[in-house]
Amino acid sequence: MTDLTDLTLTEARDGLLSKRFSATELTKAHIAAVEAARSLNAFVLETPEHALDQAAASDARIARGEAGPLEGIPLGVKDLFATKGVRTTACSKILGNFVPSYESTVTSQLWRDGAVMLGKLNNDEFAMGSSNETSAFGPVVNPWRREGSNLQLVPGGSSGGSAAAVAARLCLGATATDTGGSIRQPAAFTGTVGIKPTYGRCSRWGTVAFASSLDQAGPIAKTVRDCAVLLTSMSGHDPKDSTSANVRVPDFAAAVARGVKGLKIGIPKEYRVEGMPAEIADLWQAGQDWLKSEGATIVDITLPHTKYALPAYYIVAPAEASSNLARYDGVRYGLRVPGQNIVEMYEKTRAAGFGPEVRRRIMIGTYVLSAGYYDAYYLRAQKIRTLIKRDFETVFQAGVDAILTPATPSAAFGLAEMQTASPVEMYLNDVFTVTVNMAGLPGIAVPAGKDGQGLPLGLQLIGRPFDEETLFAAGQVIESAAGRFVPPQAWWA
Amino acid sequence: MICNEIRLEPMSVDATTVRRIAHLARIAVTDDDIPHLQGELNAILAFVEELDTVDVTGVEPMTSVTPMALIQREDVVTDGGYPDDIVANAPMTEDHFFMVPKVVE
Repeated sequence: MTDLTDLTLTEARDGLLSKRFSATELTKAHIAAVEAARSLNAFVLETPEHALDQAAASDARIARGEAGPLEGIPLGVKDLFATKGVRTTACSKILGNFVPSYESTVTSQLWRDGAVMLGKLNNDEFAMGSSNETSAFGPVVNPWRREGSNLQLVPGGSSGGSAAAVAARLCLGATATDTGGSIRQPAAFTGTVGIKPTYGRCSRWGTVAFASSLDQAGPIAKTVRDCAVLLTSMSGHDPKDSTSANVRVPDFAAAVARGVKGLKIGIPKEYRVEGMPAEIADLWQAGQDWLKSEGATIVDITLPHTKYALPAYYIVAPAEASSNLARYDGVRYGLRVPGQNIVEMYEKTRAAGFGPEVRRRIMIGTYVLSAGYYDAYYLRAQKIRTLIKRDFETVFQAGVDAILTPATPSAAFGLAEMQTASPVEMYLNDVFTVTVNMAGLPGIAVPAGKDGQGLPLGLQLIGRPFDEETLFAAGQVIESAAGRFVPPQAWWA
Repeated sequence: MICNEIRLEPMSVDATTVRRIAHLARIAVTDDDIPHLQGELNAILAFVEELDTVDVTGVEPMTSVTPMALIQREDVVTDGGYPDDIVANAPMTEDHFFMVPKVVE
């Protein structure tokens, strides 16, 4: 008898529908796993009673033959998604004990389809970070460790709780968000699959805003197919988000087995960065070989403005963040620190409520938007963004169906290992993922191998706008060739 | 004091500028915060300096990442009528109003 937490989402769904176990049993198994894994700090709020109520309702619907596409599936929710009546903090002190009176569109669609919420997942404060170490709730521990070592590693960020919870088999899937790599980098660090869909595919309504022109929600799950199932439920037009795309949502799972025969896969030479570890270069080559052996054509391409994406991002994202985070002023919700007058109250509240990384980014954003500097920084960065997008358009117009790159420049690093590094060194984690956000494209990270110390490494596939289907098809080819990656033992339980 | 805001030549910030940015951002800073904030901000500004080498002549700044026209709707009230929910999370309220320190003497 396999443990119910070892199942993939797709396997669990089959088991529920064929009545091999109940949603309540499945949920109880995951609640127990969550409780046993508190040392990972993946969950910032557990909601077991809520989960059991939902599971009981799922069992009733299954019995009536009215099961939804995610009926009875226990999920975790990144603490950036507003959940009605359930504390939502963005892992920042400034939101305090904020309890929304509304539900984010993305999560409301998961519950509509029958999913069960186990609780809220840890993340970098306001999703600003690449290691989950900026969370007000403290860091998340990666369920993976180097072979023969007990050193604690980061799960990546900002969706570190989502990635760690899925990897540690605490939930069958999780919601996440990605502004510069926050789904794909933690997925790569934990041997899980994560997709950032095309900008506009998922509604941003009810998701705590970081950089509105870059933010997109997406799933992290154990397999490519599980991600496809989750994204189908999460996607769709929402009149409450003016940037939500009014386009048809395909059944993404139907594209998973499509294969890559006849597809043209581009390999961008600019991603072959100086000092790339040999094991990542080898993995990238292996990915090309797997796709080729399944009938894809591999072509060399050039994306000349790649190296400008990260610096341009560090103007655009902080600028938008400084504007979005102006709302945290101690008046309408969250923390308030008293002051002699209203300005002092604002300043003290924001100094006490925001952590160092968030304060830094708000200040950079404030600076680049300030009078006299707007043209030199923000306007120039937005022009460069046009050039970055144009690079991709040129390649897609030339017939390339998808682009294959490494997901991250390294495997997971140690907790506090980057403490003495400059902020810029931490930002380099997103060097392969950030271009995708700048151009609004879909990108998927799929685990593809291990480094010399036994840690998972991922490959990234980048697609045309609204062509996530090709990413699922090509991602499945990589998963089938590389196999799945599960932490060798549950040392945390 | 009126700053000369047009001078762009120094791509680094001094202590006075750090204080000015912090005030604009409504974040209280102490004297002890200034040196490291200055260093960190300058490191980020040095990192983005590379963008100056890109020729952006004739390039339109991106305003929308996907080719979509901003959706318009009728200018009517579509939401509201639940003041209890609106003030539920506020640190200080009275009769459905948010309370703030005295603004006008």
